[in-house]
Amino acid sequence: MSAKAASAARLGLICCRACGLLLRARPLQAGAAARCPRCGAGARARKPRSVACTWALLVTGAILYVPANVYPIMQSELMGKTSEDTIISGVLRLMEEDQAPLALLVFFASIVVPLLKLCGLSFLLVSVQRRSTWQPRGRAALFRLIEIVGRWSMLDIFVVAILVALVRLGSVATILPGFGALSFAAVVVATMFATLAFDPRLIWDSLEKKP
Amino acid sequence: MLTRGAAARSNGLVACPDCDLLQRPAALAAGEAARCGRCGARLYERKENSLSRTLALALAALILFAIANLCPFMTLSLEGRSQECTIFSGVTGLAREGMGTLALLVFLVSVLVPFLRIAGLLHALALLRLAPGRGRAAFSFRWIHALRPWGMLEILLLAGLVALVKLGDVARIEPGAAFWAFCALILVNAAAAATLDPALVWRGLERRG
Ligand SMILES: [Zn+2]
Ligand SMILES: [Zn+2]
Repeated sequence: MSAKAASAARLGLICCRACGLLLRARPLQAGAAARCPRCGAGARARKPRSVACTWALLVTGAILYVPANVYPIMQSELMGKTSEDTIISGVLRLMEEDQAPLALLVFFASIVVPLLKLCGLSFLLVSVQRRSTWQPRGRAALFRLIEIVGRWSMLDIFVVAILVALVRLGSVATILPGFGALSFAAVVVATMFATLAFDPRLIWDSLEKKP
Repeated sequence: MLTRGAAARSNGLVACPDCDLLQRPAALAAGEAARCGRCGARLYERKENSLSRTLALALAALILFAIANLCPFMTLSLEGRSQECTIFSGVTGLAREGMGTLALLVFLVSVLVPFLRIAGLLHALALLRLAPGRGRAAFSFRWIHALRPWGMLEILLLAGLVALVKLGDVARIEPGAAFWAFCALILVNAAAAATLDPALVWRGLERRG
């Protein structure tokens, strides 16, 4: 990196995250809530209490992840056969039915993505708290990946919603939502808010303040 | 209080939204995108005829959105009985089974947020073209950006496919008009996102102010 490289914050400037405008923070009122004159969004050099908020949401998500996987996400009664599906048994069932591409897709959306968010964000938080200078570009890429794929874990919730609406033929076939679906949706929402609370600029701050 | 960073602006610098690095923007040819030299984030792009193209696509998206929500999404037939479902019956179905919170979440991410994002885009671009004021347009334009992660139409469509395959060997399932409208809507939305140049809109709104 060139010696001239400097962050906006170091020069007393704030980059509005909503519209990209560069703003000058007046030193006297620093820290007060301020609005961007162009788009009206609240503008701060860094998201306030980013690390603490992200940890809180992440721990919430991790706790809810247990019931989300233990309890069934739906119960089905098809032609007299009753069965319950959890997130994992749903993936295994698709495998047994020789739907490998679809099983892979659901495995990715329902198992890989939530774990990536929980583990990846924890790793990023620990690295930021320890002021690590290791592989900042790689960590920035990891965060962008989490931002992009995070929402895809809603897939199973939508599948349950569609099946419940579609399969209600009384005694012939009925599908009911389970408690696991509610917990899993809460995991998705909590981890998405955790992603929004994390400020990726923190990754680079530890790099600049090193002498 | 914040003021525009006069010194930085006169030097023509921009800051990366992902890593805060100050850098000098390079001149771009149409269709090119500039990336941050440090973290690789996309900084800005230059797109041709961005405003009118995006406006046309947003109008098409609004029409497709209406079809997608009013027509049947899928029809299931089993032993001579059949059952239709629309997007909205997916929401009411969950509410009926005592999952009100989940129903609300599905409603937000599959109906309300996608609608607000299409309507907000139309509102902001139409005001930018027609009206001299900018306050409301800036509000709409800021919110369609903030709501982006919470609009999940393409995930809903994929879930429809999963449901189709899951029930395929038990019952007959046919995708309805809404299913095809959804496919088209997702393509149109993606095209609108590709033609939209947010920096251009912000500069336009700035001049109006
Ligand atoms: Zn702004
Ligand atoms: Zn950057």
